[in-house]
Amino acid sequence: MLQIHCPYCGMRDEEEYRFGGESHVTRPTLEASDVAWADYLFNRINPKGIAFERWLHSYGCGRWFNVARDTVTHEILAVYPMGAAKPQLSKVESAQTREPVSRAMRSVGEGLS
Amino acid sequence: MSHYSFLSLLSGALGRHRRWSQAWRTPTPRKAYDVVIVGAGGQGLATAYYLAKKHGIRNVAVIDKGWLGGGNTGRNTQVTRSNYFWPESAAFYEHSLKLYEGLSRELNFNVMLSQRGILTVAHSHHELESLRRWANAIQVNGIDSELMTPGQIKKLVPLMDLEGRFPVHGGFIQRRGGISRHDAVAWGYARAANALGVDIIQQCEVIGFHRQSGRVVGVETPNGTIGAGSVVLSVAGHSTVLAGKLGLRLPINSMALQAMVSEPIKPCLDTVVLSPTVHMYVSQSDRGELVLGGGADVYTSYAQRGGLPAFQHNVTALLELFPAFRQLRLMRQWAGIVDITPDTTPIMGRTPIEGFYINCGWGTGGYKAIPAGGDTMAHTVATGQAHPLIAKFCLERFVSGALIDEGAAAGVAH
Repeated sequence: MLQIHCPYCGMRDEEEYRFGGESHVTRPTLEASDVAWADYLFNRINPKGIAFERWLHSYGCGRWFNVARDTVTHEILAVYPMGAAKPQLSKVESAQTREPVSRAMRSVGEGLS
Repeated sequence: MSHYSFLSLLSGALGRHRRWSQAWRTPTPRKAYDVVIVGAGGQGLATAYYLAKKHGIRNVAVIDKGWLGGGNTGRNTQVTRSNYFWPESAAFYEHSLKLYEGLSRELNFNVMLSQRGILTVAHSHHELESLRRWANAIQVNGIDSELMTPGQIKKLVPLMDLEGRFPVHGGFIQRRGGISRHDAVAWGYARAANALGVDIIQQCEVIGFHRQSGRVVGVETPNGTIGAGSVVLSVAGHSTVLAGKLGLRLPINSMALQAMVSEPIKPCLDTVVLSPTVHMYVSQSDRGELVLGGGADVYTSYAQRGGLPAFQHNVTALLELFPAFRQLRLMRQWAGIVDITPDTTPIMGRTPIEGFYINCGWGTGGYKAIPAGGDTMAHTVATGQAHPLIAKFCLERFVSGALIDEGAAAGVAH
């Protein structure tokens, strides 16, 4: 069970949320080629490791926000508002290369502050 | 390779099973192969087998970072069916089911195909209407499907509660659907491909590709480069990771799909039951375990374990339909990382990169497609032309817009 910190309501269980897929996908102009349009509509990074995603607090405040999450460990690395730039996660190593969980939890706290 | 038969079994038994030869070699990789297949799951092994068997291309390697059949091929719920909606899917999956029907003989390996039927049930009048449409489409495609009344369902599945929270209004059955043994399918293809000269290289991760003037000419592994005339990517949930090494973007989302088994009990369920509304399917294995699964976890994941909410959903859905199973304990639960496309139809064939083929996007339903997937991919790689059955499963469909929106891929209604 994921626990996600909604920026408006606080920590809630994953069942209150809806996953909204990859964030920071930019819509091309209307003059875009079919290939560029298909890339925008369908192709995704689908990373193994840190992913930047949209989540909707559908059974809460009903608002969208962004989450940086590790797709291997499911660790939530950062929560940030829609429209904001991707957070610098250089201080937070990918959890795949890190051993103790307790240290991981501490660095997440730093990442959020 | 020794031929398996009643006599060989008898001789094995008399020799206290000490004389069995290995089913496949553990070869040292050659410098180069005509075709390198990345991923020794069912799809990859079947592709290698048909390349060798039907097209005479035997200088083939199947490379896997783990052990063969250890990914989604060994993690699915073993359901085999061809009750698809769209003609393109129906033709492909029917070809697969027909190959399954002769597979034990073809591979000289018992895949334990049991055509016990797959029953899809409706819990409302409206859902029944849509199932009727689906069942009718299957018949129009020339495939068997039969509508079932609640009375017939009661007789077929006496343990199912037809008047509970999810009353059963009817359904349809594909009698030729059923289950088989997934490990045996992987092992059977591996053994048969090995006998034809295919090298199966396990515990060897492909970490990149070698290119020459744009064309893919080899794969990089921790043990060095292995040259390749063509490379076929059959790595399910890891498709975007490896295709990304070549700068190729794919319309795939990797998610965890869970399955679980109960403790073994005496035979009590002799068909596969699927409910699209509660999104749950269950069958009983030959060992007596109930094998059940449902929808995928709802977010991107590369963790082969699955989360609690989807797990709980599967179990509650089962218990609403089969209250008698409440007293059973679950023995095991696991997840596979499935590669889901926007239209739930696979992506097969050439890519914009010369010498690089993909066979992915199987999502939650690749097991039933193993024989046809291997057969058609082998044809495509050997001839350079897409096999007619998979011509429309090409990557270009996302640009042209010719999607095949196959809800039946997950067994859910349209």
